[in-house]
Amino acid sequence: MAVATPAKTMTNVEAVRSTLYDALKRDDRIVILGEDVGNRGNVFLITKGFIDEFGPERIIDTPIAEASIVGIAIGMAMEGLRPIAEIQFADFIYPAFNQIVGEAAKTRYRSNGEYTCPLVIRTPYGGGVRGALSHSVSIEALFYHVPGLTILAPSTPRDIKGLLNAAIEANDPVLFLEHKRTYRLIKDEVPDEYYTVPIGKANVSKVGHQLTVVSYGLYAHQALDAAHRLEEEDHSVEVIDLRSIRPMDRSTILESVRKTRKLLIVHEDNKFGGIGAEISAMVAEEALFDLDAPIRRLCGPDVPAMGYALPLEEEFMISTERMVDAMREMVTF
Amino acid sequence: MATTITMPQLGETVTEGTVAQWLKKPGESVEKYEPFVEVSTDKVNAEVPAPVTGTIRELLIKEGDTVATGTPIAVIDEVEGAAAPAPHAAQPHTPHQPRHASQAPPPPAPSQAAPQPAASAPAAAAGSRGNGTAAARNGPTEGALRGASPAVRRLAREHHIDIAQLRGTGTNGRVTADDVLAAARLGPSAAVGAAIAEPPRERAIPPDGKSTYADPIPGTIVPLSQARKIIAQRMVESKSTAPHAWSMVEVDVTNVWKWRAKEKDRFARDTGYSLTLLPFFIRAVVESLHAFPLMNAKFTDAGIAVQKDVNIGIAIGLPANLVVPVVKNADKLSIKGLAIAAGELIEKARRNKLSVDDLAAGTFTVNNNGANGSYASAPIINGGQAGIVTMEAVVKKPVVTKDDAIAIRSMMNVCLSLDHRVVDGYVASGFLADLKRRLEALGPDGVL
Repeated sequence: MAVATPAKTMTNVEAVRSTLYDALKRDDRIVILGEDVGNRGNVFLITKGFIDEFGPERIIDTPIAEASIVGIAIGMAMEGLRPIAEIQFADFIYPAFNQIVGEAAKTRYRSNGEYTCPLVIRTPYGGGVRGALSHSVSIEALFYHVPGLTILAPSTPRDIKGLLNAAIEANDPVLFLEHKRTYRLIKDEVPDEYYTVPIGKANVSKVGHQLTVVSYGLYAHQALDAAHRLEEEDHSVEVIDLRSIRPMDRSTILESVRKTRKLLIVHEDNKFGGIGAEISAMVAEEALFDLDAPIRRLCGPDVPAMGYALPLEEEFMISTERMVDAMREMVTF
Repeated sequence: MATTITMPQLGETVTEGTVAQWLKKPGESVEKYEPFVEVSTDKVNAEVPAPVTGTIRELLIKEGDTVATGTPIAVIDEVEGAAAPAPHAAQPHTPHQPRHASQAPPPPAPSQAAPQPAASAPAAAAGSRGNGTAAARNGPTEGALRGASPAVRRLAREHHIDIAQLRGTGTNGRVTADDVLAAARLGPSAAVGAAIAEPPRERAIPPDGKSTYADPIPGTIVPLSQARKIIAQRMVESKSTAPHAWSMVEVDVTNVWKWRAKEKDRFARDTGYSLTLLPFFIRAVVESLHAFPLMNAKFTDAGIAVQKDVNIGIAIGLPANLVVPVVKNADKLSIKGLAIAAGELIEKARRNKLSVDDLAAGTFTVNNNGANGSYASAPIINGGQAGIVTMEAVVKKPVVTKDDAIAIRSMMNVCLSLDHRVVDGYVASGFLADLKRRLEALGPDGVL
C-alpha cells in the first residue's frame, strides 16, 4: 500500500461499539434506545459506559416491549432525530413486526414524501453459539419481502463500520443484522477515519472462474475458507459476500454467474422462501442460458428452531466441510 | 446395376457446377463415400464423394465443363448388395451419417446389445478423458440433449457443435460448457455443412519438383489452380468494368480500442474466439450502409440495384489464395454476434472448410489490412458491389485535439474503393465521414 491510513485491529463487536460511539460524538440527533443499553451497557457490552458520557436522554433503557422500542423510535425519526433502536436478540423482534413493516417501511410512501423515517434497527442474529430456541434465529427472510426496508448483514469489522455509517446516513429505515457468532470470532483492521460502504453493493471476497458462491454473515467467512481449501485441489471458486440483502446487488451476482456458469448459495436461514430462493429465481430469469449446472442452495433445514442439544445445533449449522463437499461436487459436475 | 450420378447442388443458391478434376478414371473402382470428382463453383473446390460402391463406367462431362445441377455427369456400376435408386445425385460429404440404410437389416436384438455407431464415430474433442461418451450413455442426440445444461445447449448451437459427438469430462461423462468450447476451438464437428472444400491435397504438387504456389521456383511457371484462375478472372473483370475511385479517412479508435481491451479476456473465455477490432468495425460499417443505401448497391444495365440485405464479406488472405466469406444479415447482429460469426468464418477459412453458401451473396466487403502494418491500401472492389473498405494498422500518434491540446491517440486509416458508376465522391465521402463518426463514438464502455 502506498499510503497507510491509520487503522486499528478490532473484532466485529468492537467495530459496532466504536462506530456507534463515533456517531454519538459526531451528531447530537443520534439516540440509542433498547433493553439494557443504558446501565447494563448492552448484553455484549457494546454500549458500556455510553450512558455516563452521553446521558440517559440519548442512551435510553426501555421496558421489555419491542413494539414500543420501534414505535417510539419511528416517532423520533419522523420528527428529526436519528434513533438507533436495538432489539436485544433478533428472536424478540416479532412484537415489533407491525411497527417495522406496517409503519416504518411505509412512512415515506404514506406521507407522499413529506415524512421520512431515518431509523436504524440493530439486532444480533444467528446461531452456532448454543443459543437454543430463543437466541439463534435468522430473521432476514421475514422482512426481505417488504419494499421500503433496507436490510444489511455485514460480516467483517470494516464493512460493519462502513455500512452502519451508511445506515445512519440513510433517510429510510434500515434493519442492521449482526451475526453474534462473528462478534468476537472475526477480527480485522478498520480505518480510523469516517467512511461509508455503499448500500446495495456486494463484495467479491475471492475471485474464481469455476463456481460462484453467494453468502453473507458467518457463512461468508466459512465459504471463503472452503474456497481457499478447494484452491489446493486446483479448483477456482468465486465467493461473494452479499453484505446488503435488500437492495440486492444483482449485477455483481449475474456478472459472476455469467462467468463461472455455476451458482451455489449458502445461508443459515431456512431454505424454503429464503434469500437463496430470490437469488436463484433472479439468476434463472436473467442468466438461464449461461448456467451449466442446476443452481444449488445449502441452507438451514426446515425445522421450527435450532435445538439446544449440540448434535441438533451441529445438524442445523453448515460446517465448512459440507461447504467444501458441495463446492467440489459443483465444480466437477 | 448402373447408377447415374448427377451434378450435385452445392449450396442453396447454386444452380451449376464445373467439373474441375476427375479423381477416378473409367474402369477404376470407387468406395462409397470416397471422393471421385472435384467440382468447383464460385470460389470453392468441393470434393464429391461417391454415393455407392462400384466401378466407374463412364465419365459424361469433360474437365472444365460447367453444367446445371441435376445434369448426369458419370455412371457407376454398382457392386451387388448395395442397391440404390437411380438416377442418384451425388451426396455432399457426410462422413458420420449412420450406415443403417446400406446394411443388412439388423438382428432383432435389443439395441443396447452392441456398441452403436455413435461410439465408433471419431470424437471431436481430442485428448478426452472420462468413462464413455455422453452419446454412449444416452443413445442418439436427443438423449445427449436431455442431460445438457442450458449453457451447453446454447454454446453448442452458437458453435455448431453436435453434443452427441463429444466426450464429456463432467460427472458421469456429462458434457460441460468447457467441453463444448474446447471442441469449438478445435473446429466445428465434421458433420456440419453441405459441400466442404478439402484442404490442399498432396497430389496437387507435382512429384517432379515443378514450381508450385507454395514453393515457387525462379525461372519456372506455376500452374494455375482453379482458385487462382477464378481470382484472376474476377480481379480483371472488376478492375476493367468498375471504374475505381479511392478515398481515405483517419479515425481515432482510442475509445473502441480500450473497450475491446476491457472485454477481450472475458470474451475469449466465454466464446472461444478472440475479440478483434473487426466486429466493432463491421458494426459501424453496417450502420453507415443503412445511412447510405447507395453504398450497399450493385451497378446493372437496368439501373442501380439497391440491396435489401446487408451481407458483409470479409477478405481473408490465405497462403495460396484469397477468400471472402460473408456474414449474412450483418445488420441484424450485435457486436458480439458479429465477432462470433466472423470468428467462425475465419476459422473455417483457415481450415479450408468454407461452404459455397459461406461465400455467396455479399453486398459490401471489409478488408482488415492493418494486421501486417499496412498504412494505406487501394483494394479492388468485389465484383457486383459498390465498394470495399479497409482497416489499416492502428498506430499511436500525437494528435491535436479540438481544444488545441496535443494528445497521444490510437489512430487508424480507413480506405475506400468505390465503383464510380454507382456513387460519386459526394456520397462516398459522406459515407466515410459517417463511418468515422460512428467508430469514434464507440466505447470505451458499452454492451457488446
